[in-house]
Amino acid sequence: MKVHEFQARQLLQQAGVPVPPFEVINKPEQAAAAFAKLAAAQSCATETPVAQPPSALKNVAQPPSAVKSVAQPPSALKNVAQPPSALKNVAQPPSAVKSVAQPPSAVDFSVVVKAQVHAGGRGKAGYVVLCKTAAEAEQHCRRMFDKPMVSKQTGPEGVRVRHILLAPAVNIAKEYYVGVVVDRARRTPCVMVSREGGVEIEEVAAKNPDAIVKEWLHPHLGLQDFQVRRLVSALGLAGDQAKTAARTLQVLARLFIEKDCSLAEINPLVQTDGGEILAIDAKFNFDDNALFRHAEIEALFDPSEENPNEIRAKKANLSYIALDGNIGCLVNGAGLAMSTMDIIKLHGGQPANFLDVGGSVTKEGAIEAFRIILSDEKVNGVLVNIFGGIAKCDVIAEALIAAAKEVGFRAPVVVRLEGTNVEKAREMLKAAAIPQLIPAADLTDAAKKVCAAV
Amino acid sequence: MSILVDKNTRVICQGITGKAGAFHTAQCIQYGAHFVGGVAPGKGGGRSEHGLPVFNSCHEAVRATGADATMIFVPAPGAADAAMEAADAGIRLVVLITEGIPTLDMVKARKFLDDRGTKLIGPNCPGIITPGQCKIGIMPGYIHLPAGDAKAKGKAVGLISRSGTLTYEAVWQCSTRGIAQTTCAGIGGDPVKGLNFIELLEMFQNDAATDGIIMIGEIGGTDEEAAAAYVKQHVRKPVAAFIAGQTAPPGKRMGHAGAIISGGEGTAASKIEALKSAGIHVASSPADMGATMAKALGMGA
Repeated sequence: MKVHEFQARQLLQQAGVPVPPFEVINKPEQAAAAFAKLAAAQSCATETPVAQPPSALKNVAQPPSAVKSVAQPPSALKNVAQPPSALKNVAQPPSAVKSVAQPPSAVDFSVVVKAQVHAGGRGKAGYVVLCKTAAEAEQHCRRMFDKPMVSKQTGPEGVRVRHILLAPAVNIAKEYYVGVVVDRARRTPCVMVSREGGVEIEEVAAKNPDAIVKEWLHPHLGLQDFQVRRLVSALGLAGDQAKTAARTLQVLARLFIEKDCSLAEINPLVQTDGGEILAIDAKFNFDDNALFRHAEIEALFDPSEENPNEIRAKKANLSYIALDGNIGCLVNGAGLAMSTMDIIKLHGGQPANFLDVGGSVTKEGAIEAFRIILSDEKVNGVLVNIFGGIAKCDVIAEALIAAAKEVGFRAPVVVRLEGTNVEKAREMLKAAAIPQLIPAADLTDAAKKVCAAV
Repeated sequence: MSILVDKNTRVICQGITGKAGAFHTAQCIQYGAHFVGGVAPGKGGGRSEHGLPVFNSCHEAVRATGADATMIFVPAPGAADAAMEAADAGIRLVVLITEGIPTLDMVKARKFLDDRGTKLIGPNCPGIITPGQCKIGIMPGYIHLPAGDAKAKGKAVGLISRSGTLTYEAVWQCSTRGIAQTTCAGIGGDPVKGLNFIELLEMFQNDAATDGIIMIGEIGGTDEEAAAAYVKQHVRKPVAAFIAGQTAPPGKRMGHAGAIISGGEGTAASKIEALKSAGIHVASSPADMGATMAKALGMGA
């Protein structure tokens, strides 16, 4: 499960990682107020850096309004391990604030306006912009809310923007990458750091793999202090900056384990020209299989980011991914489902979806699968490919017959069945005599027949 | 001959009183596997519907039955714990069928099993079968062809697969051609798992009855690339392969993780190239897995 950048920032902030102040809005009318609030916070922080009581600082780092204005209930994040008080000491030590090189006077204060969508390519699409005035910010927010974002990752219809994040621009001296993923080959989480931050880590891995330094967590004991020291020294940091970076790495590794992440990254972690270490952008993905023990993470789920058919399929215990082609696929098993897509392409067709009905498929589940597949208007042929193991062919046959009646086949359905109870299933289908149904002898025969039928 | 399991393997089922556990235990017994008991915490003391003794713990089960292998059907939240319990009780081979186990649970369990020298098949897998002798898992038994069967044409292969139903497909294509199977292992589709291609390739290379090996991979991770390098150096038997997901959209299923670690590896194209350069016969269609193996064995397509 993916979450938005602002949710990732909230997680980091509450765990004690220094994150610049930010506001999240869901209407363009809120942009000016958010801008003003950030500007006020900034000038307040600069004018009275030392005298400021810690409690005031807390408000700067995390204005209550930032939480309030977000659609999701604040309780969703309540379970995060660290008490907010920890934030004061780490987030913005007064000394760091004092040393900010560029005094953000009203003239050169600017705010980054970032659309909150899961898809990448925001910058190139014009959905991350720098604004110098409240009016400018409002204008851009209005545009982003009104017009779906289209990027390389979204498809031509684009995605609707529902949240926009505003944060003061910082003067960046250096950018770093820090992240945690599971290393499949070593079968344990791996912390990666790089001095080449701010770009996609895949790009760094491909062009300059030596620029990435890794330490692996012990499967039972986690990340050790000596490993953190090695990582921080690889980033070339010393003194207070090293301390903040070390703490950031420890928090990130701890969050990864505690929250069952599949990816936790800060990119970039920056050093400002005033010497502050700040997390500017963050990305968290969570292990879907572990959501049952993280209600607070599940509450962050944004259904508007998902294909509605994919959500519907999940509810019916089906694994479905929408694709661009016109041949619907209904298969049992992920590997066979992928191979079915492969063989359709091999014979000149285009799959409309990946659909794994799973092993314990019921008649109702299979009927729902047909509904989902046929609800895609592009589909003008369906290939059913079942190799019965736990899934029984007669259950699929029963579902086919029921779906023909209840859903109605508006396109030819090529059926290839093999495995458990196949003889019984073939007899049932023969007796039902569904006109749109085309039986196939094997995998190749099925692929050829469905490609010819569409 | 075979690897890992044979007619002497003594199997228990953890989760034997559950619906899936009970059903598949019955199927395995019917196939001829030697099941000696089951485990269901809190429900021990009686007999299962199969007439097998049910124990509260693996330790009790092992003590009473001398079991050396287990088939686990425990639901995902408790499945990794069940595997660790089996290892702690001295079970030699854990076959973990359960799907949907949190990855970090498997990180911990795998290390725990390694420390005790317990081998793991799975999770999220169909299990392992030595046709004609022992079935521990959910695969349909009848599609397999035991070495020495009247329909077998003299050659037998070992099979290693990350996919369930695609394995059945490959087995069926072999059986219908008269290619017998020594052992078929479904290693599962999860990112953190037990035995992998390399360990099983080594076992099949050392198994005198195995004439060739089929490996079925899919997109994500770099296991197939590592296996290809191993085959090139150590395997002297013909190897056929298929990689599923050649047309899968990037980023959808495999996500970020695998690709980051390996710097661009993990695609079907990179895997196929690695396999081919190691002299492995790669089937371009999932319908040609059996034919590709037959050709590599010199049996003609």
